[in-house]
This record gives sequence, structure tokens and C-alpha cells, in this order.
Amino acid sequence: MADLRINFAGIQSPNPFWLASAPPSNTGAQVHRAFEAGWGGAVWKTIGPPVLNVSNRYGAWHSGSNRMLAINNVELISDRPLAINLREIRDVKRAWPDRAVIASAMVESTPAAWQTIVRQIEDTGADGIELNYGCPHGMSERGMGSAVGQVPEYCEQITSWAKAAAKIPVIVKLTPNITNIVLPAQAALRGGADALSLINTVNSIISLDLDTLELIPSIGGKGGHGGYAGPAVKPIALNMLAALGTDPSVSGSGKPISGMGGISTWQDAAEFLLLGATSLQVCTAAMHYGFRIVEDLCDGLKNWMDSKGFATLADVRGKSLHRVSDFQNLDLSYRAVARIDPALCIKCNLCYVACNDTAHQCIDLVDKTGARVQPCTWDPAGNGREEAVSTRPQPRVRDEDCVGCRLCYNVCPVEGCIRMVEEPSGRESVTWQTLVNTEPAITNDWEAMKRYREAHGIDIH
Amino acid sequence: MLKTLTEQFPPLSRHEALVEANRCLYCYDAPCTHACPTHIDIPRFIKKIPTANLLGSAQTILASNLLGATCARVCPVQELCEGACVLGAEHKPIAIGRLQRYAMDHVYNNGIDVFQPGPPTGKRVAVIGAGPAGLSCAGELARLGHDVTVFEKRELPGGLSTYGIIVLREPVDVALAEAAMIARLGVKIESGVEVPRDLSAEDLRARFDAVFLSVGLGATPALGIPGEEFILDGLDYISQSKMNLPELKPHPAVLIIGAGNTAIDCATIAKRLGSGRVTMLYRRTENEMTAYPHEYAFVKNEGVDFEFLTLPVRVLTDNGAVAGLECVRTRLIPHPEPIPGSNFVLPAQQIIKAIGQQKPSVGAALGLATERGFIQVDANLRTSQPAIFAGGDCIRARGAASTVMAVQDGKIAARAIDKSLAEKVAA
Repeated sequence: MADLRINFAGIQSPNPFWLASAPPSNTGAQVHRAFEAGWGGAVWKTIGPPVLNVSNRYGAWHSGSNRMLAINNVELISDRPLAINLREIRDVKRAWPDRAVIASAMVESTPAAWQTIVRQIEDTGADGIELNYGCPHGMSERGMGSAVGQVPEYCEQITSWAKAAAKIPVIVKLTPNITNIVLPAQAALRGGADALSLINTVNSIISLDLDTLELIPSIGGKGGHGGYAGPAVKPIALNMLAALGTDPSVSGSGKPISGMGGISTWQDAAEFLLLGATSLQVCTAAMHYGFRIVEDLCDGLKNWMDSKGFATLADVRGKSLHRVSDFQNLDLSYRAVARIDPALCIKCNLCYVACNDTAHQCIDLVDKTGARVQPCTWDPAGNGREEAVSTRPQPRVRDEDCVGCRLCYNVCPVEGCIRMVEEPSGRESVTWQTLVNTEPAITNDWEAMKRYREAHGIDIH
Repeated sequence: MLKTLTEQFPPLSRHEALVEANRCLYCYDAPCTHACPTHIDIPRFIKKIPTANLLGSAQTILASNLLGATCARVCPVQELCEGACVLGAEHKPIAIGRLQRYAMDHVYNNGIDVFQPGPPTGKRVAVIGAGPAGLSCAGELARLGHDVTVFEKRELPGGLSTYGIIVLREPVDVALAEAAMIARLGVKIESGVEVPRDLSAEDLRARFDAVFLSVGLGATPALGIPGEEFILDGLDYISQSKMNLPELKPHPAVLIIGAGNTAIDCATIAKRLGSGRVTMLYRRTENEMTAYPHEYAFVKNEGVDFEFLTLPVRVLTDNGAVAGLECVRTRLIPHPEPIPGSNFVLPAQQIIKAIGQQKPSVGAALGLATERGFIQVDANLRTSQPAIFAGGDCIRARGAASTVMAVQDGKIAARAIDKSLAEKVAA
């Protein structure tokens, strides 16, 4: 049975799943309940200066009948008095010595303020401190949160203030609202950070009310950008995680990364681990379904690790990072084509219209005899189930014209019906970088490119 | 608890409609649209429901089928759109009929008229019969600006939708609301007028540029058995259940002669009125039944019994009241032949026959060519007389008669009539 224990910059945790610093970790009672459900740790909702919150706080993006593909919020850091938070952190840690209890903090940008909060947190017995450089709304207007995270020099400076006072590990949480995530990460490491965590929420306006013309969520008729989170941000988080994992200075530092951003299932978790995360933080999925989801997160991850022969999370960590590549190093001769399984196909013909209208026009509709037919050409005098079903054409890929774009695969509603299969291209492997070196003319001369294509049998219709 | 004679399905709630509409895959060149006789662009109207564009949804439906509210309720969707749904093979097909009703209810409940009359052409068209074919044709012609008068022999418009479709599927109000919508397109509906009794062929020719016949079928044919005068007509029975329900009473034993969809409706009414044993009699077997399989399954679930290979011989009476029906068993060779000496009696206090309808008589009366008793038409639904067109059950020499087919006939005929009137102007 796979071992899910982790050691994160010296912080021990029975499994990698931590509640992210957010509403689920707002109170001691909640964190108690989360630990009872099996969470390995919790990053306390950010503590810091006094704030007042507003209502409504959360907007959400739904797709069809699927609720909450993303949530956004304008909730601030904890609005509970600092002393109460510190007392509850202490109580929780005493009650749960085997769990990771980390206090997230955000204070005024002065050395004294940071050193004070660090000492107060250390007095609770917490295992670590997470510096919240990410909050994109409200606090940033007061010079905190992403106002710090977006300026690498501030990241470095504040991290060094906190580190000067801290005996327990300092984790720097990065904002995604920046062009290059590597720069603040490097700055935090220069400032002495013991670990990094990412991503915080993404700047967003989630929607508008078409009756009132107000922003959603509407706070007395007004609204603004809020932090975007949930399943929809996972690809952004994975990309930023990979950017850190493939940066020599960040990965070379050996500092662990706590990954977060849309983790809802053990599969999401495994993906973050494969791109280099050591611990995993979860918020939106817990806010959607409650703390109970941790059971499947652990169970599914363990079963997958067992099936793959991974004994510990260290065996999984960063396992796919070597596959992260720049475009210029991808094999231009690799060829995949789409195959539609007629036995599984339900003939919705979404692949056909997607390919025909918006991709590369390489799916045909064929009748029972295999003859190509045009859509919408049935006899309007005909009708009825029998006729409609028995004459319905079937989509079929023209291999020779398929560019392997994978759009049809993505739109097909039937699991396993369309597969992308490797077909020999008949060409030797070559990357764009190689071509830049060996055939520089083709990079800026269409005639040269034409000659190259003809010489290598590359036909683009 | 006694099941009632009210519309079987409640309207979908907003939530139900959203969940169902979101299940639709939005097939390209969708089979449901092909299967629909009026070829409503079904994925298009469904996709407009979750975005709260219910007006657009209704427009999409009505553009292909002016009687979308009736069809949403009465169509045999299992045999048509829903039967062709790509999700049907392994999952549940989309509830297209109920979603269509959801969109139709939106416009009718909110008093929205989706279409307006077209600019007047000065052409006059008579439509004979205010059933689905007639109203569809009249509405389409009015949209094109023609001056249309519908002549209906009964008191209310709607034809079978009003009088002949069991309330479980379509309440009278729905059919009347549709007729009122057609009237608001400028169509004049004159009831109590029968052709040729009140309006001769000459009158029609003199007053109108074109005529559309949508007269439906005739009365239920006679069984030709002693005591037939004690047998109720199935269509009358259904009509009573819609117009004058308190007059209908339950009985300990009711017999329904016939096994088509009308017979099933009669059996359902009898059962839901609280009758004891309701038995359907059919001279053939369940394999030859003309009722849709889902209707057969429905009525069995209602608790109706069946006597197959059974032919009525004579009605038994007691003091002027029905007491039973003497029957004889049949065998199929392949037509049903009575088996001599196999007579038996089924006790009953009420007997209803629903054995189809007679061919329309109007065609012959107007001197039109007929085919197997039905009015003969070409692909454009033109009869043997160039200015007279026909559609609906009165031309249905082949295939199953249905409301939606009638609506499509009305649409096709309206286009053909419009074209012929334009040609006349040009000539």
C-alpha cells in the first residue's frame, strides 16, 4: 500500500492534502472537523490587520448543469480578531499534533509588523507560516497581498523580514496575476523562503446580471474583480507549477512546492504531483462538497500509486517534468490521426461539424455503403424514427488529410469512441530548433519552406 | 386513489427544463429533426431554453409547426423525434415533447404572439375544417398575407385536438388557444358551416381563389350486428369526456371494440372514470394491433384487459339496457375468420366501438378524384381540381394518420397555394 506521508520543508503530514488558506479553514471548529475527515493539514485562513467584509462575496461559473466550474470571491482575510485566531490555531495544533497546521499571514509592509506576526504565530505551536502575497482584491489596495506578489523586489524584501524572525518554515504563496511566475519565485527564494506555494486566485469578473445589469456578485449594486479559483483554473496552475519545476534556479534550490489551483479529485492531485508538487492544497472542491472529499483524494491516489508501483510520493514527485518541452523541441515528424470507432459512435456528428467548420475538413459523412454523403440532404417528405435512424450517415476520418489536431476527440461525447492513434509519418524525427540550425532559410522564406515541404513529403491542404 | 382525467404530465419546472435541455448534445443535422414530420429544428429550440431565450425557442418551433403546443402533447414522440434521439440507444432520449411544451407554454401563458399577419395580397382562400391541417394551412397562408376563412362544421375549432384527443394528453384549452392564435393572424373562423350542405362547390369557387380541404374522416362504420344501436361511438365518448365529463358514468364492466389508439383512449377514460373491468376486444392478435406500442403498454398499466381473436356477434340487453356482448373466437388465415361454435358472452353494462372512421364523403361530393376512398392529391397536395388542395386525415390513404402529419400537410399546401396564387397573378 502506497505511503502518502510527506515531509514538506520539515513539516510532517500524514497525507499531502491540506486545506488551502480560505473560508474552509476560517475557524478552529472547521479545521477540527476537517482533520476528523482525514485532511493531512490546513493552512489557516490568512490572519493580519483588522478588516470588514461585504456580502455577496462569491460568484460562480456554471457550465450547463455542472455547477461551480469556478468560483470567485471578494472575501478578505480573516475578519475574526487576531487573538481568537491565534488561540484556535494553538488549540487545534495541540489537539492534532500529527497534522500540519500552517498559519497564513498578511500584514502591513514593515519589518516590525512582519516580525510581530511571525512571533505570534510561532507562539501557537504552528508548524509553518505561509506569506500571503497573492490575494488580488481588497488587501492589495492596502499595499498587501498581490500588491507585494506582483513586485519581485517586495517579495524578496518581505520574505527576508519574515525569515529574520522565523524559526519555523516560511512558505511564500505566489500570485498568478503576473506575466512570469518564475521571477517572484526566484525573489522569494533569494529572500530565504523555505518553500513556495501556488497559485493564489486569478483576477476575474465572473459575470453580469442581464436583468439588473449589475456585476455578479453584486454588493449593493456594485462589484469588482475578485479571486478566481476552482476546476477552471487548474490548467493555469499546472502551467505555473511546471514553469517553476523546469526553472533551474527554482528546482535547483531543492525547496518544496505546495501546489494548488482547482484540485478536485485524486487525478488532479496526481497531476500536480507529477509536475513537482510536494503538498497539495484544496479549497473550492471542499467548498462545493464538504470535507468528506478527502477520503477519495487519499484512496484514489493510493490505489493509483499501487497500480503504478509508486511506493511513496517522492517516487511520483516531478515524474513528468522532463516531458515539459518548449515548442521548438517537439518532434515535427510525429503523426497522430483520429480514428472513430463505428461501434461506439452514436452519430451525433459533432465531430463532423467541428472539423468541417472550424478545423481541417477531414471528416466525411458516409452512408451504409460507405459512399460519401452531404449533411442535411435527406428527403423532407420522409420522417419517423425508422427512416431517420436507418439513413443516418456515419462520420469517418480521411486519414490522409487528418492533421491530428484532436478537436474531434475533444468534442466527442462518447468515452473511447474517438482515439488519436500514432501513424508513421515516414519522416525522420526533427524539431524546429534543428531546422533553425540546419535549414535557417525556411524560418523566414515561404519559397524555401515550400521546397523543404516538397522534399519531405509534407502536404498541407 | 382514482387516477383522474386531467393532463397526464405536469409542465416541466424551470429546473427540470434546464437539466433536460442541458443533456441535449446539439447533434449536427440531427436525427430528431429528420424524424419530425414538420422537421422542427429541435436542437436549436432546445439550446435556447437554458439561455432563457424562450421566445427564440418558441419561434424556432412555430416556424416549422404552427401547432407546436398540440404536437408537444399529442405526438407519438417515441416513434418520431425521441425515437431517433442518439441518446436513446444507451441512455434516456431527451424529453423533446416536454421541452417543446415548456417553450410553447411560455408564449401562450404570457400572451405572446410570435408571428404577425403578412402584408395583404388580396387573395382569398377557404379552408374547410378547423382541425390541425386546416389551422396549420390557414395560419401559414395568413402569415403570407392571404385572406383566409376557415369553415368548421362543429361548434369549436381544433378538430380532433379539441374533440378527439383524450384530456390526459391535451386539454381543450390548449387546442382552443392555438385556434385563437391562428385567428389573431387574421384568419376568420366560421363555425357551424358544413360543406357542401351550407356552402356549395359553386359558392367556394365564386368567393375564393383557392380552397384547402381538411375535413378529416367520417363517422365510425357500422359493425352490422344486432343491437348495434346500444353501442356508443368511441369518438363521441372521447368528445363527451372533454366537453361534458359529468355525463359519463362508470360501470362494473365496459367493453371496447377495437385496438387502435382511439380504442385505447376510450378504455383509459372508462378506467379512470372508475369502471370495474374494462376489456378491449380485437379480432386479431396483439401483433396486428394498430395502437402504438407505448400506448398499448400504457393501457395495460391502467389495468385494462384484452380479448384477442374475438369478434362481436350481437349485443345482449336486459330491459332496454346493455347486459353483455355475445362474441365468437376467430383464427387468422391470415384474415380473421370466426370459429363456428366458439361463441361466448362477455357481460357488460357499456359497449364502445372504436374501429376506425369512414372515408371522407366531401371529396366525391365536390367531384374530386379519390384514391381508395380518400381524396387524391399530388406531392403538393393539389387535388384533381387545380384550385382545390387537401390534406390531413382525408388524404391519408397510406401510413398512419397523426396530428403532426396533418400540420405538415397544412404547411405544404399553404406553400403550394401561395405559389399557385402568385403564378395566377403573373399569368
